[in-house]
Amino acid sequence: MSDKVIYVKNLVKKFGNFTANDNLSFEVYAGEIFGFLGANGAGKTTAIRILSGLSKPTSGEVNIAGFDAYRETEKIKKNIGYMCQKFSLYEDLTVRENIILYGGIYGMTKSLIRERLSELLAKLRFQEYENRMISALPLGLRQKLAFSVAVLHEPKIVFLDEPTGGVDPITRRQFWESIYETASRGITVFVTTHYMDEAEYCDRISIMNEGKIVALDTPEKLKKQYDADSIEEVFIKIARP
Amino acid sequence: MTKAIESIGIAKTFGPVKALENISFSVNESEIFGFIGPDGSGKTTLFRIITTLLLPDEGIMKVLGMNSTTDYKELRKNIGYMPGRFSLYQDLSVEENLNFYATVFGTTVKENYELISDIYSHIEPFKKRLAGKLSGGMKQKLALSCALIHKPRLLVLDEPTTGVDAVSRSEFWDLLGKLRQHNITIIVSTPYMDEAIRCDRVALIQNGKILSIDTPQKIREGFSRKLFTVKSAEKYKLIKTLRNNSDIMTAFPFGDSIHITLLNDKSVNSLSDYLRGKGITDAVISEAEPGIEDRFLELMEKGSTA
Repeated sequence: MSDKVIYVKNLVKKFGNFTANDNLSFEVYAGEIFGFLGANGAGKTTAIRILSGLSKPTSGEVNIAGFDAYRETEKIKKNIGYMCQKFSLYEDLTVRENIILYGGIYGMTKSLIRERLSELLAKLRFQEYENRMISALPLGLRQKLAFSVAVLHEPKIVFLDEPTGGVDPITRRQFWESIYETASRGITVFVTTHYMDEAEYCDRISIMNEGKIVALDTPEKLKKQYDADSIEEVFIKIARP
Repeated sequence: MTKAIESIGIAKTFGPVKALENISFSVNESEIFGFIGPDGSGKTTLFRIITTLLLPDEGIMKVLGMNSTTDYKELRKNIGYMPGRFSLYQDLSVEENLNFYATVFGTTVKENYELISDIYSHIEPFKKRLAGKLSGGMKQKLALSCALIHKPRLLVLDEPTTGVDAVSRSEFWDLLGKLRQHNITIIVSTPYMDEAIRCDRVALIQNGKILSIDTPQKIREGFSRKLFTVKSAEKYKLIKTLRNNSDIMTAFPFGDSIHITLLNDKSVNSLSDYLRGKGITDAVISEAEPGIEDRFLELMEKGSTA
């Protein structure tokens, strides 16, 4: 794997005297599923805001989808997608309206939006829901749609924040299958989560603690390195030595 | 054995939605009993009936020997309830919240301090801080202290670990384990299957119905077929290829592998050859112990075909 879509070298972010990100270095490749883990307050949110062009680094090199995180934040925003569990779609708009709205926000042409709309409805077997309000959809369907909308504009990277918290086990697996499918098309999937069993699905994971990345490898190698049966155990060993 | 809770045929409907259907179970005294199920499965509705905050449409809910519909006044004195949403007073300090809850139940913090000391000692250094300014893990510990301060016989915890990081989650379960020595019965709900092993017994709940009740070990043993894991670097290709094989009954992604079962528990011997023929040369197949989640999936599938 050679195609780096996220390149971070010696990233530092300070708020006054507080160092939220302390010299982070890592790379993420095209089509990779990368898990970004850490306890509450470890500095994950700060880093993701920088990776998505919402905040600028204090120092260090950050390149996202080929764009510089100091000067090209608007271009970064156009090349990424974002989905979180709590909010992604407008509940009082229909399925169709949400897709059109997001297509417009991403700056897609009307004809492209129409094309993607019909593709998406067919792929998700959503035709019967086209004119239904989001609030009337079951949680599992909402999540599937939210994920599809997050990659509507075929971004290079999609950021997922705790994507499968609280859903039933079947829906959860269907969701991971669509993540695999997306990654197999070359889109990088960047997952942040508290839930260590979600981390087990990732190709590689990093674990942050007090502003630093303290571990980065495949789940399997980390489990071996820390002599643990699960990533949860690895995490606890790292965060509570 | 005395029962802390006896639920007989409880049903509750909200408009067209059947939130709970024919829910029957019992919880023994001093037991840690878990309700494991996804969002919208009915956990919160059930807990609100147990805590006398909601009336069932059908059935009888007996809690600590009392009827939750008619004996609610007496019952409320004996229940500690930690709802899913943080419900303490955000603009009161840690200490003020605790004192307030003690006073409401006609007791003092001093009288029952021993019960909460393990938990409260973690947040006592911040006792002058407003509750709204605490971190997630600290809020959770304060809420638990407040739910315990009147020394309830039954503690009801609705998704106490949702949104909390792995370290705080693990600490929280350790604290619940310690409460056992005070003879408090605990019922707790969670959407996370991996927390089931921290309970004495669990009920798996889905769409308002209980799928199974047993010890975590027995629930795992209930899995009716042979389970195998298959690993390969190309997960998406692997899962699609497996599904195209007519011997495969189920194939689900599970962390870094795919969990499969075969029709009539056929042997997996020919499977490596099949995968190799389809261009997957690195597949590793091994037999596996089913977990709670495997059993939950099996029960859900049975439910949908029944």
